[in-house]
Amino acid sequence: MSGVRVLVGTRKGAFILTSDGKREKWDISAPQFAGWEIYHLKGSLVDPNRIYASQSSSWFGQIIQRSDDGGKTWHQPGTPPGEPTTAPDGTPKGESNKFVYDTSSETGKPLTTHQWYDGTPHPWEFKRVWHLEPSLTDPDTVYAGVEDAALFRSSDGGQTWQELAALRGHGSGSRWQPGAGGMCLHTILLDSSNQGRMFIAISSAGAFRTDDGGKTWRPINRGLRSEQIPDPTAEVGHCVHRIAMHRSRPNILFMQKHWDVMRSDDAGDSWQEISGNLPTDFGFVIDVHAHEPNTIYVVPIKSDSEHFPPDGKLRVYRSRSGGNEWEALTQGLPQSDCYVNVLRDAMAVDSLDKCGVYFGTTGGQVYASADAGDSWAPIVRDLPAVVSVEVQTLL
Amino acid sequence: MIRVTLPPHLRKLAHVDGEVQLDIEGEVTQRSALDALEARYPMLRGTIRDHATHRRRAFVRFFACGQDLSHELPDAPLPDAVATGAESFMVVGAMAGG
Repeated sequence: MSGVRVLVGTRKGAFILTSDGKREKWDISAPQFAGWEIYHLKGSLVDPNRIYASQSSSWFGQIIQRSDDGGKTWHQPGTPPGEPTTAPDGTPKGESNKFVYDTSSETGKPLTTHQWYDGTPHPWEFKRVWHLEPSLTDPDTVYAGVEDAALFRSSDGGQTWQELAALRGHGSGSRWQPGAGGMCLHTILLDSSNQGRMFIAISSAGAFRTDDGGKTWRPINRGLRSEQIPDPTAEVGHCVHRIAMHRSRPNILFMQKHWDVMRSDDAGDSWQEISGNLPTDFGFVIDVHAHEPNTIYVVPIKSDSEHFPPDGKLRVYRSRSGGNEWEALTQGLPQSDCYVNVLRDAMAVDSLDKCGVYFGTTGGQVYASADAGDSWAPIVRDLPAVVSVEVQTLL
Repeated sequence: MIRVTLPPHLRKLAHVDGEVQLDIEGEVTQRSALDALEARYPMLRGTIRDHATHRRRAFVRFFACGQDLSHELPDAPLPDAVATGAESFMVVGAMAGG
């Protein structure tokens, strides 16, 4: 019997919401990692029981958690529950929270500073993992996008992490600058038809692509225009909030930028604006329908200084034409006095028929639509502020 | 034997309920105490001291015998009462809201 598992990261813990394929009745888990910020959880497509979670706090730093049973139990990789935490020779069984920038001259091209908010040089400092992206082919391989922006990979189930240093070292890294939320690598898109290709996005540096598994990278920001930087069409410096892709058309990308909703038909080589009739083109999330690659969703937010929906109405906008023509989806969503935000990793879709769409708010609601956005209902209303939402479709 | 008190979040990570007791060879200092703690509980590596610099994380403090020892040198001897186990070495999350 089909079902869905919604993985919700919040400012004060993770929650797992489960339902059968009807998506009408939901079970809400107790808080996992209560009291910690959970920026992201994501399951492996190859092994849905394998879920990775990023647990962090300003006090105690970064922790990586892994579940091998669909979220029932968790452990820090390298330290299985009930087993000794050290190998027989006394050495620790991996340090799954150790993210150290590669500064070797061979691979890391010692890059010591990026730009601070005021343009002055600032040392690179690891703060947290924003996004975890499991490999499409190997449950033990997972990528981590971190703040300060860098990409790490683990090929041992999260026990140890190595930086893919060519991204920071490709040439523009010293010019990257943080956005309001920090200088974070928040989007990682893997191309199932081309194992060497990967897209990533950084606030506020822009989007980047590798075609050789991370050995070389290049900025893919042509066509973006950002009035908040000295040269609005610069090669880097754009505050990309999110990129989405349908697996069947990996050359077509959709982007929610700080301002502007954008589309690329050539794997990021060039971008065109598709904001069309949106009430505002500021926002954070963007996602693609599971079965209709030309159907996309955004949640417009009033502005960069007022992070809530325009007019106090929480509206998802759907375009069935790949952009420019948008319709407001309001049924079941609050249409007055609503002043929540929907953060960049807080929307996801399932692959059931009809496609389910989910998003979480900073007010602690998780909304679900079991009919591709036509109607919505809250799964849960009173969680801590939601940072991320992912969905696993269980068949 | 020394006694170490951890904040609730770190006790949960380490799967311990109460105080931690550690045997330390040689002088009892912040460094030797934390080295012994992390050797026993590797999952705590990086949560009290930074992985790369080994410096105390900014929002972590060390108290013992009614004193704030956070800014003492890592290799300075801890008070005798800590070294003998009469008093606990307390790892504390700074009060910072949230």
